[in-house]
Amino acid sequence: MAKRLVVVGNGMAPGRTLERLFETRPDAYDVTIFNAEPRVNYDRIMLSPVLSGEKNFEQIVIHGDGWYVKHGVTLYKGASITAIDRTARTVTSARGLTVPYDKLLIATGSLPIIIPVPGHKLAGVLSYRDLDDVQAMLLAAKSRGSAVVIGGGLLGLEAAVGLKEQGMDVTVLHLMPTLMERQLDVPAGHLLQRAIEARGIRVITKANTKAILGEKKVEALLLEDGTRLPADLVIMAVGIKPNAGLAKDAGLEVGRGIKVATSMQTSDPDIFAVGECAEYEAQVFGLVAPLYEMASVVAAQLAGDTNAKFSPSAVATKLKVTGINLFSAGDFAEAADREEIVLRDAARGVYKRLVLKDNRLIGAVLYGDTADGAWFFDHLKTGRDIADLRETLIFGPAFAGGTPLDPTAAVAALPDEAEICGCNGVCKGKITGAITTLGLTTLDDVRAQTKASASCGSCTGLVEQLLKFTLGDSYNPAAVQPMCACTELGHDDVRRLIVAKQLKSIPDLMQSLAWKTSCGCAKCRPALNYYMIASWPGEYKDDGQSRYINERVHANIQKDGTFSVVPRMWGGVTSASELRAIADVVEKFQIPTVKVTGGQRIDMLGVKKQDLPAVWADLNAAGMVSGAAYAKGLRTVKTCVGTDWCRFGTQDSTGLGVKIEKFMWGSWTPAKVKMAVSGCPRNCAEATCKDVGVICVDSGYDIHFAGAAGLDIKGTELLGHVETEKEAIEAIAALVQLYREQGRYLERIYKWAKRVGLDTIRQQVMQDAERRSALYDRFVISQKFAQHDPWAERAAGGDAHEFRPMADLTFKEAAE
Amino acid sequence: MTGSKSSWRDVGALDAIPVRGARVVRTPEGCLAVFRTDTGEVFALDDRCPHKAGPLSQGIVHGRAVTCPLHNWVIDLSTGEAMGADKGQVRTVPVRIEAGRVLIDTARLSRSKAA
Repeated sequence: MAKRLVVVGNGMAPGRTLERLFETRPDAYDVTIFNAEPRVNYDRIMLSPVLSGEKNFEQIVIHGDGWYVKHGVTLYKGASITAIDRTARTVTSARGLTVPYDKLLIATGSLPIIIPVPGHKLAGVLSYRDLDDVQAMLLAAKSRGSAVVIGGGLLGLEAAVGLKEQGMDVTVLHLMPTLMERQLDVPAGHLLQRAIEARGIRVITKANTKAILGEKKVEALLLEDGTRLPADLVIMAVGIKPNAGLAKDAGLEVGRGIKVATSMQTSDPDIFAVGECAEYEAQVFGLVAPLYEMASVVAAQLAGDTNAKFSPSAVATKLKVTGINLFSAGDFAEAADREEIVLRDAARGVYKRLVLKDNRLIGAVLYGDTADGAWFFDHLKTGRDIADLRETLIFGPAFAGGTPLDPTAAVAALPDEAEICGCNGVCKGKITGAITTLGLTTLDDVRAQTKASASCGSCTGLVEQLLKFTLGDSYNPAAVQPMCACTELGHDDVRRLIVAKQLKSIPDLMQSLAWKTSCGCAKCRPALNYYMIASWPGEYKDDGQSRYINERVHANIQKDGTFSVVPRMWGGVTSASELRAIADVVEKFQIPTVKVTGGQRIDMLGVKKQDLPAVWADLNAAGMVSGAAYAKGLRTVKTCVGTDWCRFGTQDSTGLGVKIEKFMWGSWTPAKVKMAVSGCPRNCAEATCKDVGVICVDSGYDIHFAGAAGLDIKGTELLGHVETEKEAIEAIAALVQLYREQGRYLERIYKWAKRVGLDTIRQQVMQDAERRSALYDRFVISQKFAQHDPWAERAAGGDAHEFRPMADLTFKEAAE
Repeated sequence: MTGSKSSWRDVGALDAIPVRGARVVRTPEGCLAVFRTDTGEVFALDDRCPHKAGPLSQGIVHGRAVTCPLHNWVIDLSTGEAMGADKGQVRTVPVRIEAGRVLIDTARLSRSKAA
């Protein structure tokens, strides 16, 4: 007959214990679970996405009701246990139900620490531990009032961001001088603070709470220094303590938590403890990875493997806030016997710090770019000698000891026991094994079968690499899409390496990054040519053969092989002489169609290729230059008539449009850029569906970006408000420069913005004045080399081979 | 056989074709595209993509292939066949290099014209 296993608590640790137990000995026990929370087992790590609205409760359930039925588990929901009788071997619930056990598993988790300041019991003071807390917060957030989060650690920051997303005005208070000081060193803490502040969250460090004020509910919070912060909601996220009261009352040995041996047994061998309530060798644990390690040990012990032992390994931390990449692991305090390697790239917002001791990696902090986290973490856990790698260690696996630049190869090089998914404790061997034996082909399959990347999702990239490495060419990962079949590298990797390795020509790049084809293909060459131009203005020699025909001959190819020609009309303004010149050209070259474009220009369609230089010469003579209607670059700035004529105009929108166009023409960008300036919010220039749009208002200029009106239709997002034309031009140039530096080739501004995050862009362009000015300066430098009229150059004889046949055999043939 | 010796016609210097590029040669029955690859090989094909007659001479040349500028069909320069999932073939014309000059076999052109 099966023994009786009673589990007190239904969090992630006991859930994992039972999963593992059922895998090996499904029939060994009759299981009864008492859950104080009125629900099934869910992924507590994912409460933050629920709070921010990115997920709902159903999406974070680990074991639905069906799971309990399937495994014959009796689950009492909303039933807390009040007493354990170790002599009678029974537990008794608050409702008076007494159940006998053969083995008991205590998994009571932890309790939030509540600072006993005056007012801590007022309504509106919450902790952040379970779904009830989240629901209470969501309810409070409906008021759109003010929230104060006490505690700038992992949970506090996630709560703050979530509440901000819900529309509350949020302040984070942190006792220490920098955020997350237990996981981050000081510089990374400052970077994090800046990123949090960029989301409109106020951060006060060295803040000591004196009292929470209010009559019946929270009204304000008072700091020791006398600052009074209005608050409708106060979240205490200052830490947790093991919930060991029940065990203590039962006479078990208790320190901070319930003391357990390596076997996870408490001082009573029939009683195990698992999770945050357990204390092992004076340590308690709050992150999921070690808790899952505990769960495996308990499951093995319950299944009869008395050799199973818990030995906690190093843990890594990741902040689960969309758009902020942060990773830390190990020990990174400074000490005399330690050395450190630091990489700072302020422009990219990247900070990496490795702490070494005796040629071994003992700590790592990554901010901004955490892609190499798993690789560093593996070195840290295995403690292998890194003397050989030291010179390039900080650049990660891409540069390590001659390892190919292929990210798949880096993952391939990891040992089978390397942990890929920290949340669910899934190692590489388990994932690759499941892919092979179960025939998995997609990320979702792997998530379903192994749980890898099913929790916080930050290892998704690695899991995809494993799929790719295991399945070969039959798998095409969505996340790290290679540029093309010529390489395994993605666009971002290539851009980074162009700068890092000072690659200044396409052949050099292909050699150095091990391109698989002799000279690339029609996908990568135009992209590389653009990346080179953007990275090395003035230095890189443009490669015409790597450009699409439109950019090579500065006109748009049509279906019959003829071309269309669009001269620039600054801001959409033209004149009698320009129109006359256009009319003359149309007649002289018998151009079949003349059409007005959506960008306020005149398009001449059906020009024969050999006529192009002569057409341009005539247009040049009338003062017109190329309208770049063919370019991945600035196309048009559309305007309305503004204060010049319009009775509603608030600013000189036409003038501003002309200024922007004259300043920015000629610049190459990842994809085409169309702009508009409207003189008032009636928006006659349709600025709110452009890549960049300006809406003039009485008080200045609202700058918009990331609109689209093509394959996708999307209104713009507000970048920010400025008061003067000069500021508007500076912000727009900085925005475009940021896009030039980060955009992937053919990725329009709205797609780039979606990928990197609107707030990140706003922060860099609008809030960070230094950054904006640096971006602006780089744009200005690049323009020095970009503003040459390509038509004039070719009308004067440049690239003649493009426009003339090599030979004409028609006459000779006819003569024969 | 690729025609009698006299049927080979000099159409210009090899250097007149950009590396990884093409030039057009006009003939009585339409344009030829003469390609020069990265490795110095030269190919001549009808300047008409089998798909929608796009001018292949205007495409991007990579390896022994060109990508049509209209709809990105990739044509194998040595066989004239469309690569990948696309089906179609362009006529190829014999071409050779002699002392830095590009010669094409006009006999092949005439025969095709007669056919």
